[in-house]
Amino acid sequence: MAVAAEKKEVKKIIDLGLEEGAKKLTPEKIEITINNALAAMGGARLDAYVSTCIHCGLCSEACHFYLSHDGDPHFSPVGKVKQTMWEILKNKGRVSPDSVKKIAEIAYTECNLCRRCSMYCPFGIDIAYIISSVRRICHLLGVTPQYLQDTAHSHAATMNQMWLKQDEWIDTLFWQEDDYRREIKNLTIPLDKEGADIMYSVIGPEPKFLAMLIGNAAKIMNVAGIDWTFPSFDGWDNSDMAMFSGDQEIMGRVKRAHFEAAMRLKVKRIVMGECGHAFRSVYDVGNRWFGWKMPPVPVIHAIQFYYELIKEGRIKIVKKFKEPVTLHDPCNVMRGRGLGDMARYVVNAICEDFRDMSPNKEHNYCCAAGGGVINCGPPWKLKRMEGNRVKAEQMKATGARVVITPCHNCHSGIEDIIGYYKLGMHTKFISDILVDAIEVPESMKAKK
Amino acid sequence: MKFLMSEGFYEFVRGPMVWLAFLVFISGSTYRIYKIISGLKKEAVVLPYMSFKYGLRSIAHWATPFGTVNWRRHPVMTTVTFLFHFCLIITPVFLLAHNILLFQSWHIRLWTLPEGLADLMTLIVMLSCVFFLLRRFVAREVRFVTYPSDFFILAIVFLPFFTGFLAYHQLFLPYKALIVLHILCGELMLIAIPFTRLAHMLFSVFTRAYTGSEFGMVRHARDW
Repeated sequence: MAVAAEKKEVKKIIDLGLEEGAKKLTPEKIEITINNALAAMGGARLDAYVSTCIHCGLCSEACHFYLSHDGDPHFSPVGKVKQTMWEILKNKGRVSPDSVKKIAEIAYTECNLCRRCSMYCPFGIDIAYIISSVRRICHLLGVTPQYLQDTAHSHAATMNQMWLKQDEWIDTLFWQEDDYRREIKNLTIPLDKEGADIMYSVIGPEPKFLAMLIGNAAKIMNVAGIDWTFPSFDGWDNSDMAMFSGDQEIMGRVKRAHFEAAMRLKVKRIVMGECGHAFRSVYDVGNRWFGWKMPPVPVIHAIQFYYELIKEGRIKIVKKFKEPVTLHDPCNVMRGRGLGDMARYVVNAICEDFRDMSPNKEHNYCCAAGGGVINCGPPWKLKRMEGNRVKAEQMKATGARVVITPCHNCHSGIEDIIGYYKLGMHTKFISDILVDAIEVPESMKAKK
Repeated sequence: MKFLMSEGFYEFVRGPMVWLAFLVFISGSTYRIYKIISGLKKEAVVLPYMSFKYGLRSIAHWATPFGTVNWRRHPVMTTVTFLFHFCLIITPVFLLAHNILLFQSWHIRLWTLPEGLADLMTLIVMLSCVFFLLRRFVAREVRFVTYPSDFFILAIVFLPFFTGFLAYHQLFLPYKALIVLHILCGELMLIAIPFTRLAHMLFSVFTRAYTGSEFGMVRHARDW
């Protein structure tokens, strides 16, 4: 039967990556590519999932796109699987170039791979895995959103997400070191320090346009007396948009560079900045690509690191943030690492007025930016905004003025939502608040 | 009708056909599970992450009525789903008429449900099927993903209970014809399990356990 429900007509979005990619396809090419891709995936997991799904629709309410579109079934997790993977399987790979374009649009711009739906499916079907498999197919077909593909190209060419050159990276670190010495005497950002306890890694956008976050980290590290280092060479960027475009080969190269940097520096562990997808790529995905069951070097997210520092008394909180704050739980460190309680411990330690969201922790609504969706760029922004009204309502209900978002994608995505829905709030990283809250010993203060 | 009620056909459906149905059900199920597990060995990133502890933890939450957020969000669906599956499995196993046949053939004695209760449980299964059917038309998110196969598997589950109910109450058709139909429908269901999406009976514990393991062991998070 499969009744086609009415889908609200939206203005057609033109994405050159999808348009030009689809133009190069022929039905034969598509069929061969899809069937090769499915064979290479192995198919057992997919087979189990497809055979088990009873089409009950209970996953629907997990999805922020579905909730924000007033229950339009095209946006339910299973509805998206129907329009993509089932379509591919039903036709045994014989789908038209136009269908591929449509499938790619759904897989890249209507699903954040946030995995909330696998917590709502009674069988625990990993729908994000299915959509990722669809993205893999689209990547192999060469039909990927232009902006996302550009980022993947950047990873391939420069080993970082932002086309940054090596000297720009090092120069940014020097600049931040210099800048923060106005506040902290002899503050250092150690480069290539072999045998340090910690390698700190960040995502490409930090040196590109959020350099103060590196300065923030440096201040915290120096005040807490941490033995840490950055690599001056490739591997400093822990982000990975190739993972989301479906380019697993590039994803693997990028992750390898990151792990090898840590091994070359002989550090005890890697601490990652406040980014969610990067954490997923290092902690959960990249290691598996190389056959490591868990990451070869222990990896912790900034939330865990701050938690340790405060809990162990390595930093002392003396000036709590006064404005009412709420906390957005990023999917990749909540459903991806269960850091809900630690994040709350940290936020409560540094803020006076914390107002929790509902639902929260593992059940929090996604920001609609992650999973590579925000990286699909300006053409898709409006769609992303319309697809997450529910997040705006959820944040508004807290009455907070500041939304703490310990993840880069969430940070940008939520700032967009705040603007679009005129919520009158602002986003902050934990470190933005933490740097002003900690006690700096007199002996460390720079002379004014 | 005459053929349906003939002694020869009756003997066939309650004799060799039962063996055949069980043979197909068991070997088919074993094959499908074997196929998936051997495929997963090749995929390499699944089996090493299976954890007995976290798999069971997840199954326990989801096997408990209202034990998860999503079960609590849908009280009617949850109640019907749990009652349906409970009655679907318990009724045929502990039904007096089935146990008499077992006793006659193999002298096995199983605990038996009171007949009135078994009748009620049969009704629950049938009404649940009607509920699932209506849901496929009424709920937009379900209608959108409904295929002819969904009605087919619903009918396969409904029919053995429906014909059994009619036979027990001796309604509409001669008893003999109904009992033959009932046996045939039961056999059809057994045969269909490994080859239709009724296979969720075989796979759901594994899919649940896998997700529970990933969430519990790797991601240190809840999945309910």
